[in-house]
Amino acid sequence: MFRSKIAVTALALAALAAINLTPVAAVEAEGPANKKLDWSFEGIFGTYDRGSLQRGYRVYKEVCASCHSMNLLSYRNLSQPGGPEFTLEQVKALAAEFDVQDGPNDEGEMFERAGLPSDRFVSPFPNEEAARASNGGALPPDLSLIVKARKDGPNYLYSLLTGYEENPPAGVELGEGMNYNPYFTGHQIAMAPPLSEEAVEYTDGTKPSVENLSKDVVMFLAWAAEPKLEERKSLGFKVLIYLIILAGLMYAANKKLWSRIKH
Amino acid sequence: MSGQSTYQPTSAVGKWFESRLPVMGLVHDTMLNFPTPKNLNYWWTFGGILATFLVLQIITGIVLAMQYTPHVDFAFESVEKIMRDVNYGWLLRYAHANGASMFFLAVYIHIFRGLYYGSYKQPRELLWIIGVIIYLVMMATAFMGYLLPWGQMSFWGATVITNFFSAFPIVGDPIVEWLRGGFVVGNPTLNRFFSLHYLTPFILVGLVGLHVWALHVPGNANPTGVEVKSVKDDTVPFHPYYTLKDSFAIVVFMILFLWFVFFAPNFLGEVDNYIKANPLVTPAHIVPEWYFLPFYAILRAVPDKLGGVLLMFASIGVLFILPWLDTSKVKSATFRPLYKQFFFIFVAVSIGLGYLGGKPAEGGYILAARILTAYYFAHFLIIMPILGLIEKPKKLPESIAKAVLDKNGDDPGGGGAPAEAVTAPETKG
Amino acid sequence: MAHTDQSDTTRRDFLYIATGSFAAATAFSIWPLIDQMNPDASVLALSSTEVDLTPVEVGQSMTVKWRGSPIFIRRRTAEEIKEALAVPLEDLPDPEADSERAEKPEWLIMVGVCTHLGCIPKGQKLGDERGDYNGWFCPCHGSHYDTAGRIRKGPAPLNLVVPPIEYLEETKIRIG
Repeated sequence: MFRSKIAVTALALAALAAINLTPVAAVEAEGPANKKLDWSFEGIFGTYDRGSLQRGYRVYKEVCASCHSMNLLSYRNLSQPGGPEFTLEQVKALAAEFDVQDGPNDEGEMFERAGLPSDRFVSPFPNEEAARASNGGALPPDLSLIVKARKDGPNYLYSLLTGYEENPPAGVELGEGMNYNPYFTGHQIAMAPPLSEEAVEYTDGTKPSVENLSKDVVMFLAWAAEPKLEERKSLGFKVLIYLIILAGLMYAANKKLWSRIKH
Repeated sequence: MSGQSTYQPTSAVGKWFESRLPVMGLVHDTMLNFPTPKNLNYWWTFGGILATFLVLQIITGIVLAMQYTPHVDFAFESVEKIMRDVNYGWLLRYAHANGASMFFLAVYIHIFRGLYYGSYKQPRELLWIIGVIIYLVMMATAFMGYLLPWGQMSFWGATVITNFFSAFPIVGDPIVEWLRGGFVVGNPTLNRFFSLHYLTPFILVGLVGLHVWALHVPGNANPTGVEVKSVKDDTVPFHPYYTLKDSFAIVVFMILFLWFVFFAPNFLGEVDNYIKANPLVTPAHIVPEWYFLPFYAILRAVPDKLGGVLLMFASIGVLFILPWLDTSKVKSATFRPLYKQFFFIFVAVSIGLGYLGGKPAEGGYILAARILTAYYFAHFLIIMPILGLIEKPKKLPESIAKAVLDKNGDDPGGGGAPAEAVTAPETKG
Repeated sequence: MAHTDQSDTTRRDFLYIATGSFAAATAFSIWPLIDQMNPDASVLALSSTEVDLTPVEVGQSMTVKWRGSPIFIRRRTAEEIKEALAVPLEDLPDPEADSERAEKPEWLIMVGVCTHLGCIPKGQKLGDERGDYNGWFCPCHGSHYDTAGRIRKGPAPLNLVVPPIEYLEETKIRIG
C-alpha cells in the first residue's frame, strides 16, 4: 500500500518536472555566476572581521562616499559592539572630519558645525535630484542595506566591484558614459570602476589590492546592513541549546506519561 | 461547553467564585478534563502550535507597534530603527516576520491533516467552515502586515493585489480607489492597513474561540475516523496527556521557528523589501510571500483578468462546500485506498502550484500552472464526489480502543511509537 | 374579531416602520464610516492638473508632475511627426498608430516612466541622448523610444503611457 502511494506521488512529481522542463525564453541576459568567497560572517558562529571592517570603512569613506549615501548609519554605530569597534575617541575624530548642517540658531540661520558621533553619515548630495544631476541621470543607491537588498549580496557586490572589463565583448555597444560589467543586470553600469590598486592607503600592512579593497568594503557594507548579526547568532545558539535540552526532557516525560496508556 | 460541569471547587473562595462566574469550570471542562481520543498522532498537535503562534504574533506585534510609525516618510526608517537602535528590536521584528511564515506553515499542515483524516465531515462541517474563515482572515492579516515595512515588495504587492478588484466591471475602479484611499497605494493605504492589521488578529482570537467551541461539541476526530464509543475505553483526559504532548510538539516547532529567526532570518523574505518603496520603480519580478504563491499561480494561469481573480477566490471558496462534495461515509484516508493516493497527488499539485507561483508567468510555466489549476479544482469538484461512490473502503475497526489493541498486538502494517507518526502517519493503522 | 385584526395590522405596521427606520438610520450612519476611506480632498486636488502649453516652442519639451509621476510634453517638429507616421505598425513591439497617441500631432504628451523598470528616460533636455530612434532613451537598461514615445529597442515591453488628456483651449490642457 505504502509503496504504491509513493509510486503515485513520484509519478505526479515526475509529470510536474517534465512539464517544467518545457523551454522557457530567457527574460534577461544572464551574467556569469557570482564569485564565491568564504565570508567570516557566514555560518552559525560567524562574526565580522574587525580589521576588515575598519579598513572597509576607510574604503567607503574615501571612495564610495563621494557618490553613495548611507542614510541609516550614524557615526556612533562605528564604535558599537559587533561592528568595526573603533574606540569612542576615534569615532569622535572620524565624525569631526565632516561638516554637518545644524540650526536654526538664535538669528534663525542654519549653520555648519563639526560632526558628532550622534550624527547620521553625511550624504554626498542634498536630494535625489541633485544625485541624479551629478551622475548623468543615474542614481547611486544608498548603501545602508545594499547587502540585504541584493540576492547573494556579499558575493554579488564583490563580483561587481572586481568584475569590470575594460573592453566589452564583440557585438556589445556601450551607451555613453556606461561601463561594461557582466555581473550587473543588462551588463552596462553607469558607475565607473571605483576601486584601483592602492586607491586607499592601508596602515595595517594589508596589501591594498583591488581584491582586498573590495573584500573589506563588502564586509563593512554587510555589517552596515545587519549590525546585530553577532548578537543574534550568539543569543540564538544559547536559545537553541536550551530548547533542544528542553525538548529532550519533554519527550522523555511524555513517553513516560503515555507508557501507562495503550494508544 | 455542554452539559453539567464536573468541576468541584475545593476551597471556599473557589466555591464562592464559581457560583457567581463559572469560568474555572469552563476551563476545567474544555481544557483539562476534556475527553480526547487516545490515538491522536502528532499531526493533531498543530492546533496547539497554531494557538501558540497566534498569541506570539499578537505579543510581538503589540510591542512592535510601540516603535513603528505608519507614515510613508517614516515607515521604512522606523522599521530600520527597530532593527538597529531599539533594544532587542531585531529579535522582535525577525520573530514577527518569520512567525507569520511559521503560522502559515502550521496552518497548511493543520488543513492537510483535516483533508487526510476527513475531519471536515459530519458532524464537524461547521468546525471546518470556521477554520476556512480563520484561514481567510489570516491571509488578509498577513497581506496587510506585509505593506507596513514599506519596502518595494510591500508597495508593489499591495498595488498588484488591490488592483485585483479593478477586474470587476463598472464598480472595479471605484473599489480600488476606495481601498487605497487614493489613485495609487500611498499614505492613506498604509494607515488603514496598519489600523486593520492591528484589528484582525483579535477577530482571529474570537474565531478561534468559536473554532474550539465547535470542536468541543463533537470532540476531536481521530486517525481511525471512528467516533468515540466509550469515554472510558477510547479517551484520555486532555490534561495531562495532551497538554504534555502538545507542549513537546510546540517546543520542537519552536526550534524550527527560532532557527529561522536566529540563523536565517531573511531566508523566507524578498531582497527587494530592503529597498524603500518607490512608486516610480517597479521590481523586475513581483512575487508574494511564499504562502500565497499557489494562489498567485492560479491567478496568473487564466489569461482573463476577471476570470483569474474569480478563480483565485474560488480556489478557497471551494473549501467551504467540501463537506458536501465528499460523498464517502468513511472519514480517514487510512481506510480509503483510492482517496489516499489522490490525497498525495493533491499535496504534490499544491506544492507544484506554489513553485509555479514563484516563476515568471510565461511559456511552459503558464501551461503547467493551467494544468495544475485544472487538477486543483478537479480534485474537489470531480474526484471527491466520484471517489465516495466507487471506492471500496477497508474494514473499519469497531472502536478506537479496538484499533489501538490491534495495533499494539500483532500489527502487520508497522505502527509503533507515536513519534514515528511525525514522519509517516500513513503507516499507522 | 374585526377589532383584533385592526390592532394586529397597526402593530405590524408599527413594527415595519420601526424596523425600516432603524435600518435606514443604520445605513446612513455606516456611510460616513465607509466613505471616509475614499480618496480625500487633498488627494482629489491632485487628481488632475492643468497645463499651459504656450511657453513650449516647436522642438522643445516640458516636464510636469501629475499624480507623482513626470509627464513629458513635447512640441514635435514636422520632421519628427513625419518620422513617427512613417513607421509601419508591424515593426513595433507594441503596435499603436501615431494618431492614437497624439490627438493633435504637434503635441505628444506621455507619462515619462520607462515601462521596463520605471526609470525616467532621457530626451527631454536639449543636450540629452535620444537613442537610436531620435525620441527618448532610458539610461538604466537601454530602452529606445521613437518620436511617438513608442518602444523600438531594448527590454521595455510597452510604449510610454499616454495619460487621459483634455484640451481646454487651443494651448491649455487638463491631464487626468
